Amino acid sequence: MKKIYSTLGIIGLASLIVGGILSLAQTVILIVSFSCMTLGVVGYGYELHKHHKNGVYQNKLSSRGFTAWVLGLILCVFYILLYFYSSYLEPIIRLFDPLSANLSGEPATQWFVYGCLYTFSILVFGIKFLFKYRGNSYQQIRTLSVMFFQFIFAFFLPEIMARLHGDIPYYDFKNIWPLNYYQFEGWRVKQFVSSGGLGIGLLLFSVLSIFVISPILTYKFGKRWYCSWVCGCGALAETAGDTFRHLSDKSVKAWKLERWLIHVVLGFAILMTVAVVYSYLRSDYSKYLIRRQDFLWFILAVNGLLLFYLLKIKKSFLAKDARNGILLFGILLGGFVCYGLIAEPKHLFLLQSETLRKSYSFMIGSMFSGVVGTGFYPIFGSRVWCRFGCPMAAILGMQQKLFSKFKITTNGGQCISCGNCSTYCEMGIDVKSYAQRGENIVRSSCVGCGICSAVCPRGVLRLENDSPSGKLKNPLFMTGNTYSLNTDVLNKK
Amino acid sequence: MKKLVIIGNGIAGTTLARWVRKLSDFEIEMVSDESPLFYSRTALMYIFMGDVKLQDTYGYPEVFFEKNNIKLIHARAEHIDTTQKTILLKKEGTSFETSYDYLVIATGSKPTFYNWPNQNAKGVQGFYHLDDLQELEENAKHAKNAVLVGGGLIGIELAEMLQRRAINTYFLIREKWYWNGVLPDCDAQLLTSYIAEECPGLALETSLDKIEVNTQNEVIGVTTTTGESIACDLVGIATGVHPNIDWLKETSIETDKGVLINAHFETNIKDVFAIGDCAQHKMPPKDRRNVEAVWYTGRIMGETLARHLCLEPSVYAPGPWFNSAKFFELEYQTYGLVSSDRMKKENEIHFQCVLDSTNHKWITIALDQNNNTFLGINSFGIRLRHEVFEQWLIEKKTSDFIVNNMTKALFDPEFFKDYSQDIQKAYKRYKNEKNI
Ligand SMILES: Cc1cc2nc3c(=O)[nH]c(=O)nc-3n(C[C@H](O)[C@H](O)[C@H](O)COP(=O)(O)OP(=O)(O)OC[C@H]3O[C@@H](n4cnc5c(N)ncnc54)[C@H](O)[C@@H]3O)c2cc1C
Ligand code: SF4
Repeated sequence: MKKIYSTLGIIGLASLIVGGILSLAQTVILIVSFSCMTLGVVGYGYELHKHHKNGVYQNKLSSRGFTAWVLGLILCVFYILLYFYSSYLEPIIRLFDPLSANLSGEPATQWFVYGCLYTFSILVFGIKFLFKYRGNSYQQIRTLSVMFFQFIFAFFLPEIMARLHGDIPYYDFKNIWPLNYYQFEGWRVKQFVSSGGLGIGLLLFSVLSIFVISPILTYKFGKRWYCSWVCGCGALAETAGDTFRHLSDKSVKAWKLERWLIHVVLGFAILMTVAVVYSYLRSDYSKYLIRRQDFLWFILAVNGLLLFYLLKIKKSFLAKDARNGILLFGILLGGFVCYGLIAEPKHLFLLQSETLRKSYSFMIGSMFSGVVGTGFYPIFGSRVWCRFGCPMAAILGMQQKLFSKFKITTNGGQCISCGNCSTYCEMGIDVKSYAQRGENIVRSSCVGCGICSAVCPRGVLRLENDSPSGKLKNPLFMTGNTYSLNTDVLNKK
Repeated sequence: MKKLVIIGNGIAGTTLARWVRKLSDFEIEMVSDESPLFYSRTALMYIFMGDVKLQDTYGYPEVFFEKNNIKLIHARAEHIDTTQKTILLKKEGTSFETSYDYLVIATGSKPTFYNWPNQNAKGVQGFYHLDDLQELEENAKHAKNAVLVGGGLIGIELAEMLQRRAINTYFLIREKWYWNGVLPDCDAQLLTSYIAEECPGLALETSLDKIEVNTQNEVIGVTTTTGESIACDLVGIATGVHPNIDWLKETSIETDKGVLINAHFETNIKDVFAIGDCAQHKMPPKDRRNVEAVWYTGRIMGETLARHLCLEPSVYAPGPWFNSAKFFELEYQTYGLVSSDRMKKENEIHFQCVLDSTNHKWITIALDQNNNTFLGINSFGIRLRHEVFEQWLIEKKTSDFIVNNMTKALFDPEFFKDYSQDIQKAYKRYKNEKNI
């Protein structure tokens, strides 16, 4: 049965390519192809999960076997065509013209096709996931949430808005800067501003999301409110990527790399955005409501406040190397901003802002998040981008670590060190290493997907929004030993 | 500097080593003939089913032991000279010795076979060590039909494992219901009907009589105690485990079923201790068995002995009993003592509350009918908080209190149904019926 379903899925995909090349009837091909793929994925998922959830090492596709490499290769080639050689995809893009015309009234672009395939994957693999975790309400509601946000906010609304307000740029409410690194680029801001009230409202909303909405939500629920409930990258990882989640690297080395890399990308995103905004603002009010100087003062103030908060107030939460990195970056940014205020140079960071923007968009936007992040799902697991690269995850992660109520609670002494939780952690957190010591888990990278709790055979783990204090419970002996209640002697030692 | 040698690197031995390192500067050597690194025995089934790999079940990576200066010796202990304080070790045919100031025996268990005819045939096996896992991999490759003997926790794991490989499994259980030597009948009945759904080959009140073999000494079938013959190419024996201490019989260390110890884990020989599955308490704590073969007690013994050796004299003092298991997809947790019908005392009564019959969720609370004291709880399909129940048991709360405060003890993930109201209502009805 599994073979039949996977063949059906492949036929669906192939008919898209063949239909495109032969320019067959667009609507028919789309319907046939998407029906085949839906049936293939859902049917395969049913066969795979009707008795058991995982068993991933019994399957070549999910254990870096031959098929996994083939799939990885296909995905990478697809991303490279999409980003850099989209003319080769032209026959397929034309298939989507009628659909696009219905939605936005425009002919399809490569991004429209990508959006369709992306949303489609989240929906069908979401159904598979819903079946796999039947009986687990947390997983059900969370998955319906990512499916909803992807379909309505990322796919449907922007297309409709484009139809109703042709002059507003494509805007996905939930795609927040710095994940949405182009949000404050000149052409977008110009369009937002020139399209009147709604445009300015949206622009304000996007600023509010960064400084007000997301910190409040993260305080209450942890970074999961975004990363595993709302975000589109997370949505794909949780649904289509679920088969590959266990491939994440659990080593301490990978953890060290993650800590550095993700914050370097964040620094890059900040510098790039500051440079870009600086480059189009004027030194008077002729074009925008704020001047260059105002913007720089604002950045300087935020920079100073953050440095004070991180290095003074939350000092004990941060490791030494983290504090040094923050200090270095703060001085660098502050220095350039002061230089900007004094000298008003053409280029704030000496380089052309366009060079910075282009290299960010190429290296981070296309290569990292697309080719490596998604193309390599079958090899490195589903959250490579979210873990090592996403600047939004870096910010939310800091908030989670510094002031959120969120934590994963360990249930007393019940852990049997079986390793299921660590294996299925897509973020590469060694959950077991905490659970088997009776410690709660408070890690900035945790996206709160809840799978550790779902796969634990002994009911040890629970995601909780408790009080922010006391979340680092660290008993000496584990619960179940009378001496763990009376730790005086141990404490003295 | 004292030198501590631990034989066995399971949960008991490894916990001991970890805590002794934290609390002292002893020189530590840990000997094992199985896996060079401590792995989780309880996860053997997940390796077989392809859920995790062996490396995923290691408690600590190799560098942990290096960093903490715990020397791992991969060899078999063959003999102990308690007067010279030396141990004879053997690895791949070569023998060598190591000496100790303190010696701890933590050699675990091994499967029990009841001398069935042909029990050494190819295709007949127990399930405890890594070797058994490998053997099962081999045996399962070509097997079409399997017979499992023994209705305990290892038996049910084997049933799940074999069914997953699409091997037709007959599961022979001597008792009237699955695990009713441990569970009260009301729980055992519900559990048995769930297991029968998952494993249609379940046969109750049936045991193994004879194993049939062919001329190559390969198993071809069994005859059961009910006289039925079943053709099969794999027989899994899960009729219990016993301490793995045969080699100690020739030493001067006193043994019975297990290594005999007092409350400080001391054997009859000075500076020789035993912990974990292989230990037999001469005077077990109240309501405890003298040999406890579970993960958690091994860990608690390891913690306590470290305290005893490094800080101050300490006795084995586990908190209220707790345990957990998973039967196919059904999770089970227990806190306190819910006795089986056979073992229960006169005043112990059981309140069972089925929360969701289609999805198999229920709890059973044991209480003292004279003074309403809460004795323990079994939960199936819902998760409960260990710390909360430990505290309630220590404070000897009444079952009225437990039922009224149930919300505090629920540990199911967010958005799961809160059953505390249902429990309260059912409990009221139960009390009215029973007139208590
Ligand atoms: C399949 C299975 C599932 C289980 N599931 C659960 C569960 O869910 N919950 C639970 O509480 N318990 C469970 N148990 C029981 C639990 O695993 C044991 O109680 C626990 O592992 C015992 O730990 P230990 O440290 O005493 O001994 P062990 O883990 O047996 O470790 C002893 C080690 O010493 C080695 N050794 C023995 N003799 C020598 C020698 N002469 N020289 C050198 N080395 C030697 C052995 O090879 C072994 O590696 C399960 C057991 C099995 C087999
Ligand atoms: S899955 Fe559960 S029992 Fe297994 S190691 Fe993780 S917390 Fe412990």
